[in-house]
Amino acid sequence: MSAIFEQEDMRMQASACPACVAAPSAERLAAAAAPKDARLMLSLPTAHCATCIVDVEHELERHPQVRSARVNLTLRRVSVDAEPGVEAADLVARLTRIGYEAHELDPDVLSATQADKRGRDILMRIGVSGFAMMNIMLLSVAVWSGAEAATRDLFHWISAAIALPTVVFAGQPFFSSAWASLKGGRLGMDVPISLAIILASSISVYETAHSGHHAYFDAAVMLTFFLLIGRYLDYRTRAVARSAAEELAALEVPRAQLLRDGQELTVPVGELVPGDLIRIRPGARVPADGEVTEGTSEMDRALLTGESLPVWAGPGSALSTGEVNLTGPLVLRVTAAGRASSLHRMADLVAAAESAKNRYTSLAERMASFYSPFVHLTAFAAFLGWLQVSGGDVRLAINIAAAVLIITCPCALGLAVPAVVTSASGKLFRKGMLIKDGTALERLAEVDTVLFDKTGTLTMGAPEPQNIADLAEGDLAVAAALAEASGHPLALALAEAARGLAVVPAAVSDLREVPGYGIEGLWQGERVRLGRADWVGAAPGEMTATHLQVGTRAPISIAFADRLRPGAEEAVRAFLAAGKTVHLVSGDTSGAVSALAARLGIAHWHAGCLPAEKAALVAALSASGARVLMVGDGLNDTAALAGAHVSISPASALDAARTASDIVLLGADLGPVADAVRVAVQARRRIKQNFAISLIYNVVAVPIAILGFATPLAAALAMSLSSVTVSLNSLRLK
Amino acid sequence: MDALVYLIPTSLALGGIGLLAFVWSLRHRQYEDPKGDAERILNAEWDDHPKP
Repeated sequence: MSAIFEQEDMRMQASACPACVAAPSAERLAAAAAPKDARLMLSLPTAHCATCIVDVEHELERHPQVRSARVNLTLRRVSVDAEPGVEAADLVARLTRIGYEAHELDPDVLSATQADKRGRDILMRIGVSGFAMMNIMLLSVAVWSGAEAATRDLFHWISAAIALPTVVFAGQPFFSSAWASLKGGRLGMDVPISLAIILASSISVYETAHSGHHAYFDAAVMLTFFLLIGRYLDYRTRAVARSAAEELAALEVPRAQLLRDGQELTVPVGELVPGDLIRIRPGARVPADGEVTEGTSEMDRALLTGESLPVWAGPGSALSTGEVNLTGPLVLRVTAAGRASSLHRMADLVAAAESAKNRYTSLAERMASFYSPFVHLTAFAAFLGWLQVSGGDVRLAINIAAAVLIITCPCALGLAVPAVVTSASGKLFRKGMLIKDGTALERLAEVDTVLFDKTGTLTMGAPEPQNIADLAEGDLAVAAALAEASGHPLALALAEAARGLAVVPAAVSDLREVPGYGIEGLWQGERVRLGRADWVGAAPGEMTATHLQVGTRAPISIAFADRLRPGAEEAVRAFLAAGKTVHLVSGDTSGAVSALAARLGIAHWHAGCLPAEKAALVAALSASGARVLMVGDGLNDTAALAGAHVSISPASALDAARTASDIVLLGADLGPVADAVRVAVQARRRIKQNFAISLIYNVVAVPIAILGFATPLAAALAMSLSSVTVSLNSLRLK
Repeated sequence: MDALVYLIPTSLALGGIGLLAFVWSLRHRQYEDPKGDAERILNAEWDDHPKP
């Protein structure tokens, strides 16, 4: 039962928020396992030109079982149609061989086709209203230039025949959203829009039937056309962000290696139950909480706790979901999976933080809440006033009220925000940042306090040896030889550094890795070891270190420091220069945190923070009136990310952290973060300017309309002029 | 003014053709990969005979 409910939950989550599509669904994986024609999707992050398209498609089609391959350069993906049994790994290997980076994507997570349907729907409405607008405008120009009597009536009738079906079809997004807001007892921006469109059309039909001089068909259709463009831009911004977020999610296919009756099965993580035995290979992430029954290894817990030092694990050690196994294979008895796991308890913390965060009212919403009643009241007042002045001429009064509605109607207002957001997020996307939420830019512009996580955010989570220059040449050669034979991150870093110094590795034989401890071998008849302090007989220190023992000589320790993320220094410096308060919060030891804070010039630092303490710090700063930007990548940051005013996480962050944050950094460089704040401040200024432009235009036009001097020509001119001005102003963003 | 009898239907029909072309292009997913299509035109592979 509970399993079924969980599945239901996940599907609901998937529809509620795009990034949650990351949640593993047992059903999805089961469907993927069924034998059928393979439709594979690969991500091609480096493809960029015609040659790339041809190379990739040819190479894939050379595979005997591949029917066809088609590159989509806009999305940087290739979709492959193949016979059953073709593995994505084969195709990735083929592409890697000819020099293209490729990653498998889970096609079920990518709901691009579904999302695209909405975009095509709006585009269709834009096309139809654009066609109608141009034709009606041709006829209207004839009327404006002086067509009289029967000719004018004929032109008005033809306009009506084009405009009415167009308005019914193209205006639907506004009508349905206006209806929804009316049912909810609110006056959204779509209510005056719908009212203006409907009133303008019906008044014009009435006027045409009575041979009136003024018909507003062109205005009704033009209003629809411009506002639909605003809608489409708004939709595009979100769709681009969503498809990229989906792609990040689709890169991780959550499965576990289950051991049952001596066989190893690959099962979806959702199917694990307490008591199951699972195997965790080196390099894999622990899929469920449990206790080690076999094997020894070291675990990287940086994403969970922020500790940069790997932790030893052997039979009896308790492991939490999300830790990464570094050296040896482990067998784990599951103690808690799914809802009960520590990962899920963390998610509850995030949910609490999110509900505590007040819903942000965007500039557009604030504007609408003030503007919408104003529009209705003005039009209604004009109606009553003219009813009074004309001594009961309802037709005249309604005509003028409609003119007021059309003129005040927020064509430019509808474009004011989406045009700026599209332009700004396009700019940031080129710098490698992905805006997941339209209001994130506005919130980013208000930030005055910045909180950085340490491990994985300011640092790469990749260690760098500090003192290899002090080592004797012979020792270094031995260390390099030992390090080359291991997959442990410290060993990898050491080997890389040795290669960088052009060290020739010594001839060490009988190399053997002792999982969880280190690596040993024979060199000139002596035993040499590289590994943990207690294993080689050294005293464990405060710093991250590995130890080298040659024969019976005293062990030498090689200390490591975490490598700074590129751009971290620039980002921190830019924030400090801009007068923002910068904090460093980490779950790591105070020695490591204070060293980094001193190196970057950060005055406020907090070490040894638990996830809840990070969230509490964010809450305390917010309570004291600060607008907090949280930059973090780990599970331990997730609650703080969700609770902050606005949050940023790198693409290397865990899924949960990316989901909780508003902006995702696509590259490894942290430099764009400071730039993003600058662009956001500028974008907010442009939005306000746009509002001012549309208001000024109203200040001029509304009195004219109320006094009854507005003509359809004036309305059309004012409407298009203000829309074009607003769009051009948005493009000025630098 | 008799010209209007021909001119108006003509202008509507021409506009209608444009609209139909737009509807066709939308239905046939011509806007799926604008960047790729822009690059594919530079590829000489199917210049002599169409793709089978």
